[in-house]
This record gives sequence, structure tokens and C-alpha cells, in this order.
Amino acid sequence: MSSYFHPFILPFCIGTLVLFVIIAVKFYRWITTLDRKQKKNVWMSLLTVRVFPALWRIVKEIVKEVLLHVNITRYNWRMGYMHRSIALGWFLLIVTGFVETLFHFRGGGHLPWLGIFFRFFVRDYTYGISRVWADVMDLLLLYVLSGVSIAIFKSIYSRVVGIRKNTKLRWFDICLRYSLWLIFPMRLLSESCTAALTGNGGFLTQGIGDMLPTEFAQVMEVPFWTAYSTCLCVFFVLFPFSRYMHIFTEPLLIVFRSLGVRESSQPTGYTRMELNACSRCGICIDGCPLDKELKINDIQGVYLLRDVRHGLPHRNATENCLMCDQCVVDCPVGIEITEIRKQERNKGALDTHDNYRFLDSIQSFNAIGRIAYFGGCMSHLTPGVTESMKKIFDAVGQKYWMMDEDKTICCGRPLLQQGFIAQAAELRRKNAHLIVESHAQYLVTSCPICYQSFKKEYNLPIKVIHHTEYLAALIRLGKLKPHKTGLKVAYHDPCELGRGCNIYDEPREVLQAVAELARVQKEREHSICCGHSLGNTALDVEKQDKVRDAALRNLKADHPDLIATACPMCKKAFQRDRYTTVKDIAELIAEQL
Amino acid sequence: MDFGFTISKPRSIEPTEAGKEQLRLLEEQVPTFRRCMNCGGCTATCSAGHFINFNIRKVHNLYRWGQYKELDEELQKCMLCGKCTLVCPRGVNLRSLIIHLRKALNKDHLSNDFQHFIRNNNR
Repeated sequence: MSSYFHPFILPFCIGTLVLFVIIAVKFYRWITTLDRKQKKNVWMSLLTVRVFPALWRIVKEIVKEVLLHVNITRYNWRMGYMHRSIALGWFLLIVTGFVETLFHFRGGGHLPWLGIFFRFFVRDYTYGISRVWADVMDLLLLYVLSGVSIAIFKSIYSRVVGIRKNTKLRWFDICLRYSLWLIFPMRLLSESCTAALTGNGGFLTQGIGDMLPTEFAQVMEVPFWTAYSTCLCVFFVLFPFSRYMHIFTEPLLIVFRSLGVRESSQPTGYTRMELNACSRCGICIDGCPLDKELKINDIQGVYLLRDVRHGLPHRNATENCLMCDQCVVDCPVGIEITEIRKQERNKGALDTHDNYRFLDSIQSFNAIGRIAYFGGCMSHLTPGVTESMKKIFDAVGQKYWMMDEDKTICCGRPLLQQGFIAQAAELRRKNAHLIVESHAQYLVTSCPICYQSFKKEYNLPIKVIHHTEYLAALIRLGKLKPHKTGLKVAYHDPCELGRGCNIYDEPREVLQAVAELARVQKEREHSICCGHSLGNTALDVEKQDKVRDAALRNLKADHPDLIATACPMCKKAFQRDRYTTVKDIAELIAEQL
Repeated sequence: MDFGFTISKPRSIEPTEAGKEQLRLLEEQVPTFRRCMNCGGCTATCSAGHFINFNIRKVHNLYRWGQYKELDEELQKCMLCGKCTLVCPRGVNLRSLIIHLRKALNKDHLSNDFQHFIRNNNR
């Protein structure tokens, strides 16, 4: 057995040991710092029948995302190829090397590093089936090298993989990137040297080996293998502290996400997992309207996650965000960036209690058999929307109770978005009390912000519907028969309704009943935020208007007669542009009754 | 004797008290703060103002004059719904102003910041 040892394997062995110790410590700390609700979710999934679908999801997700990188490929196939070739290629290289060793030694019992340095130690492996093994290994190495070369091109010119900008990296990450890039050429060179001396290489290494002079190979064989081992050692020891930690964190994140763990209002171990699972691929920079229109390039999801993870100052990254969720939709790892931003905002937000005693004066209303209608704060500034909804209710003979006829209690979402968690909960209690007391059967709301709040944060005993859903149902059942006009209308997907609540089809269905839909280039989950989102407090009006102009350019490309939206906030934002006619869907329907 | 009305308490503005440093910090964080022309649009549309006598214009002027007493509690009544920002004809970023005023006025803010520092730097 001693013939299978050489001092150059020491860096690799030490590096691997250190790597596994660090990973184990990190994982242990994250898992033990999950909060009570998250732990309960894990046990509930593990101890009930839910464990079977969860296990299936885990296996499926890990193969799809960690190895095949399906989501990135969907975003851009060249970028997908780059990530997949390095991840899948390296994984297969390790597995195939291991299997090859097992095959050669007829089962186990061999030394653990032999799989990595097989060609150096098994020098007489040149007969029969071993040729096939060598060719397979070379093919895999070539696959990885193709990915590495794309990565090198990408670092110079990011459009190679179809993204506008590379992520700005810390110098530490840059150094590690070089050590990662060096690993595979080093392996190629050292295997080629050995192949030149022994003839045990595959099509690639033997090809290069045959070109090398024998003297050169004799001198350089051990130095190259040492360099290869050292590169591995440097990378293994340092990568848990760099962005490459995502390699091991992403599977862990997938496991816990599949077991039903979600981000909670305070940072927990799960948050650490999400922070470490970011590979800083830079896809979130690509879609961010603040980067595109305002050239604000230090606040995107990737930078927030980086700065929170490494404890760098990040006040700007925390505050300056529209919370339009574009990055959350685009993120190939599925990190809840907006939730993490809310947690960070809450750290400075000073939760106080009992601020809204004055709201107790508002009385509920006996609304049995009626629909409760909640206009929302913003609809008070666009009275056309609430008036149209009232007209529609009357037209179909639906009795309703407008909850906020003259006095509004905010739904609490604006406070929550700014990180005022306790205050938002107080408003939610007041509103929920009003709604439950009224015994209304349904709650219709005109404002997507309130809609998302009522739906996701309230736990109401009654069904919450947005007015576009309500109108779609009325039209489908034939209760409402608006006249068709010849107008060409471009529909703007509000962030909170579309990306927030996945409602894309109902508004379009309603619009098609009265008008013709114009083509919009970026729509549905890629629609551009109107810029005046309540999630942001750092931008001034002039800057918000720039984002809005980008949204308008996108909507007006097909020369529509007017722009329709389903959010009073977006309507108000578009109205500020005097060359734009914008109407709410409810207004369009009410006009055509 | 009760006449059914009183004269208002004597009120004086102390320029030395009107923490210039704090005002400067606020103006740095919310540059649009200077644009206010006291039109009162924000107060007219305020959701909280429909229930009680909550006057954001007054609050921000009192802060400007350095009269910090009870302002903090007053500011907590804001629901942050954003109507004031939308109606403001001068484009003052009122929501940002309110959040920064809250932070500036809260006495525990310093210690909170410190906690934040500790949390970020020791893990």
C-alpha cells in the first residue's frame, strides 16, 4: 500500500479535512438556530406522511438546480451551460474517478485519495477497458474546461453569457476564483505529464502528453501534481468563507425549504443559509429597474446578501429598493431577498406598541349577506376607482358595505415593508376585528397592496378577492355584459398583484371583454415597476419618475389608445405623466355598462 | 374662574435648542425636506388625521424649531400609508421624513444602533 503514497497528496488531504470540519460546524450552527416555528415545520414534515412528497421534492430540486442548473439555463442557455459544466462536470469527475478506482481495486479497501490522483499512482493502467475509463475522464475534464473558459471570457465581457453586468466581487472572492480556474488546467497538465511517461492517458491527456518531450515530463510531473494538489487545498480551505460556499449550502437550503421552512420576521439560521446560498451570479442586477434607469449599482439583491453575510455596512442597500420582487422572481436559487431586506429594515425600526388607540372609535357594520369592499388608502386619491366599483355593484344588484367610506385604516403593509413589524400587527388586528365583526362573506379590495396583505398576512376567515378577480367572475357568469369598444389597451401588471399574488390572467380576461389588448414586450412576471412603489422611501419623486418613464416606454411600444392597470398606486404614478391616459380596469368596465 | 377657554401657554423658540446638528443630519438624509412650503396638503389627506388631530406639517415644523417634547409619541400615530407623499406638490419625500424623524427623536435609538452594531459584528 505504501507505494500509493507521495508527499504531494498532503495539501489535498489537509484541505479536504479542514473543509469538512468547517462545513459541519457551519451547518450545525445554522440548523440549531432555526426559530421555534421553523423547527416545528421541519418536525411536522418529517414525522407525518408529508415526508414522502418532501423527499421527492428534495431529490428533484437538487438534481435540477444544484447539478443541472435548470433555472439559470432558462434565463440564458450560455450562462446555464457555464454553471452546469463546472458543477455537473466536476461532480461527475469525482464520482467517475471514485468508481474507476473501485473497479480497479475490485471493491473498497484502497486509500481515499487514489480517486483524485489515480493516473499518477496506477501507471500500468493501459490495457483493454482502462482505455474507455481514461477517455471518459478526459471527456469530463474537457467539459469542465469548456465551462471554465466561458467563465474567463465572462469575467471580461459579461454579454458572452447574456447578462449586462458582472457582479462586483470582493478581492477575496476574486483570488478564490483564480484558484478555482487553475485547478482544472493543472489537472490536465499533470495527467498529461504522467501520460507522456506511462501512456495511461485518454484521448486528450495522451494527445498532449505525446507532444511533450520526455525530459520535460520527467522533470515537471511531480511539480505539476503538487501544484494541482495545492490549488485544491487553497480552494477547499478558503471557500467556506467566500461566495463558493453556495456549492454546499444550496442543497441544504433545498432540504429545509422542501421541509416547509420559510423566512420569518427575524433573522434565523435559515437566513444564514439563504445568505450563503447566493452564488452572486448577478441575474438580480440584470432585471433591477434601479440599476437600469437610475444607475444605482450597490443595492441589488446580490449586494444586500453579500453585505449582510459579511457584516459590511449596508444601510443604503437596505433602504433603497422598490420591493418590486423582480429579483425574487429571477433568482435561480429562489432566495427570499425581499424578506431579508425587511428583516434588515426592522433592525433600525424601533418597534413601539399601542400607537393607534385612536382607531378604536371606528365601528363595525352588520354586513351579513353583503360583500365587504375595501378601497384602500390609495383609492381615496383615485376616487374614479371606488365610484366605478360602486356603480358595478349597483348594476349587478350586489349589496355591499364599503369599509373605508370616509375613514380608512391602513392595511399595515406599508409599515411592514419598512420593517415596523409591531405597528403593522396592531393595524392588522384592528382591521381583522372590523371584518370579522361584520360577518360579511367576501372581502373585495381595489388595491393590490391591501390585497396581498389581507391574503397573506391576515389569516381572515373569509375569502379575499381583488376587484379584477371579482369582475372576471361576473363576466364569466354572464352577470355583467359590458359593450365591446374598439380601443387598444396596454395592461400594466402591478408588482403586488402580479409577482406578489400571481394574478395575471383575470385582468386580461376582463380587459378583453371591453377592448383589444396591445402587445407589451415585458409583461407578466417581467413587467417594470411603476417606480412609485411604497416599498421605497429613499428615492425622490424625480428619480421615481424616471423608473415610471421606463415602464411607460415599455407599455407604449405598440401605440395603445390608453393604458389600463389594476392598482390605484400605479394609476396615480402614470397620471403624473401628462402625455399618458391611464384608467383602472374597473373604470373601463363601468363606462361600458 | 373658568371662562370656557384659556390663553395658550407661553411658547418660545430657542435657537440654541433647535439642534442644528440634528437638523443638518435630517436634511442630509432627506434633501427634499427643504422644499416644503407649508401648504398643508399632506395634513388634509392624512389617513390618521381623519380620526384625530394629527398634523404632520405641524410636527415637522416643531422639529425644525427644536421643540422635541412629545413629538416622538405624536409621530408614532402615522400609518405610513403614503398618501401625503403622493399629494405633495413640492415632491417632499414625506414617508422618508417621518421614518427619519422617528429615528432621530427616539431616545433609545443610539443604544439600538449599538445593538445593531454588536449584532452585525459578533457572530
